[in-house]
Amino acid sequence: MSNPISGDGSLFTDPSANRAREHFAHKPRALTDKLMTVADAVARLVQDGDYVAVGGFGADRIPTAPLHEILRQCKQGLGMAGHTSTHDFQLLCAGNLTGRGQTLRRVDIAYIIGLEARGLSPHARRVIESGEVEFTEWTNYSLAVRLKAAAMGLPFLPCRSMLGTDTFSKSAARAIDCPFTGERLAVVPALYPDVGIIHVHESDRFGNCRVRGTTVADWELSRAARKLIVTCERLISDDEIRQDPSRTFIPFYCVDAVCEVPFGSYPGNMPYEYFSDEDHLARWLAVERDPAEHKAFLDKFIHGVRDFSEYLQQCGGMTRLQELRRQELLL
Amino acid sequence: MELMICCAARALEDGRTVAVGTGVPCAAAMLAQRTAAPNLVILFEAGGVGPQLPTMPISVGDSRTFHQALMATSMADVMETAQRGMIDYTFLGGAQIDAYGNLNSTIIGSDYARPKVRLPGSGGANDLASLCWRILVVTTHDRRRFVEKLDFVTTPGYLAGPGAREAAGLPPGAGPYRVITDLAVLGYNDARKRMEVISVHPGVALEQVRAATGFELGVREPPQATPPPTEQELRILREEVDPRRYIIGR
Repeated sequence: MSNPISGDGSLFTDPSANRAREHFAHKPRALTDKLMTVADAVARLVQDGDYVAVGGFGADRIPTAPLHEILRQCKQGLGMAGHTSTHDFQLLCAGNLTGRGQTLRRVDIAYIIGLEARGLSPHARRVIESGEVEFTEWTNYSLAVRLKAAAMGLPFLPCRSMLGTDTFSKSAARAIDCPFTGERLAVVPALYPDVGIIHVHESDRFGNCRVRGTTVADWELSRAARKLIVTCERLISDDEIRQDPSRTFIPFYCVDAVCEVPFGSYPGNMPYEYFSDEDHLARWLAVERDPAEHKAFLDKFIHGVRDFSEYLQQCGGMTRLQELRRQELLL
Repeated sequence: MELMICCAARALEDGRTVAVGTGVPCAAAMLAQRTAAPNLVILFEAGGVGPQLPTMPISVGDSRTFHQALMATSMADVMETAQRGMIDYTFLGGAQIDAYGNLNSTIIGSDYARPKVRLPGSGGANDLASLCWRILVVTTHDRRRFVEKLDFVTTPGYLAGPGAREAAGLPPGAGPYRVITDLAVLGYNDARKRMEVISVHPGVALEQVRAATGFELGVREPPQATPPPTEQELRILREEVDPRRYIIGR
């Protein structure tokens, strides 16, 4: 094992802080109403070929509705940042090898395919092993640092992981000697996603957002993303935001669309609201074993419904959601 | 499984910090808190710090990981706590481990571009192994896992041996500490940084451990027998830590 100074993985996004500034210079910052439907938000803000980064942690506080909508609108050729991407990756890669073109074309991998303690996704594995998706290796922290660099308006940041491993060699990270101490450091390029998608507890119409529980990498992502779609459990008034501004986690000027989607993290977990639907997630994994069954499942639950609330109905509706609420609150 | 969890719990000192995932590590940390290490602080990489775990989490980011916790923060905050040198232990796993404690959770097969099997990748494992002081691995023990050469070095152990972590730029003084298997408890030789047997589990012969290992395995003298779980450990594990037998029933 030698110590290369440069990984040979592809860099899928532009780390230039100056070009990011040019974009952000034109990003609207007026306090305007951004409330819209998920279908409109995805149609307007997600273009074919865009690089997308999803908030939350795989099946915890994930923006399920826009991910479904990306599939329904058959968006093509997307890139994706995969930091512990579990159900979110499972959803986006459901647009590959299922007869509707190719949703994902390139993926920055920290953790994909697996659904943590639940097992591995057979379809995600088919997609990655098919060779139709280009990928580069990273780690959960290095992806968070890449977003942090972008959030800071910088082209890169140093960190002290990845060094000495094949993960580094297959990444697009580099190693430098610290200009102050001479110590060897990894440096990772800023990640400015074209589109960030985050599910939050509460937002006002302008996009001032509140989150409860762990924040994962969403502080960084919300600032790093060129365009940001927010879905929220509940719409709240601007007055309520102003009563306690210390709770504002994402400011309105980062946000391009606000969509009210109650139970929007389903079948994932939403802290203090509802637990993950483990039966439904197990069903996803089960149907994926057979490509035909998987396709029929997608036709029924994604392509065959008009919107997310119809999906919730298909999955047991309010009765099931109340069960999940009781599970979450340990009642 | 119960013995493995007990061995893992016994390896954790009181008043320390440990970054854990779901499953066995979580059970070990919970058992440690209820036995010799009541002031052990558990951290989860998604941001949960010091939770009072009501049940076993399914995801390292689910609500249980910050149930009645001291803080719900970000992934960067937890990783940077480790980067500053304030996380003592981490528990990791992988499809393959070599004599230096390096781990593979990325691919099976010799060709990266066309692997036989694609695995999830590093997740936070590489970060935690780079940044926490002591790495513990809990795994089943067989020649498919304990290999001479990894198909891919996802996560750093001692890399190529003494001094290699530091030469690569990783923080000095940290690295693999224990490997706890269904056959033995293993550590690392101070000088060579290679894995060696510390104790063999009841009913297991040293030769069995060697036969299940695909690389040359040293023994820390004198060879010990792993103490079996105490009645107290078993009671706490079965009644408090994992009453539904999610982990111990495996």
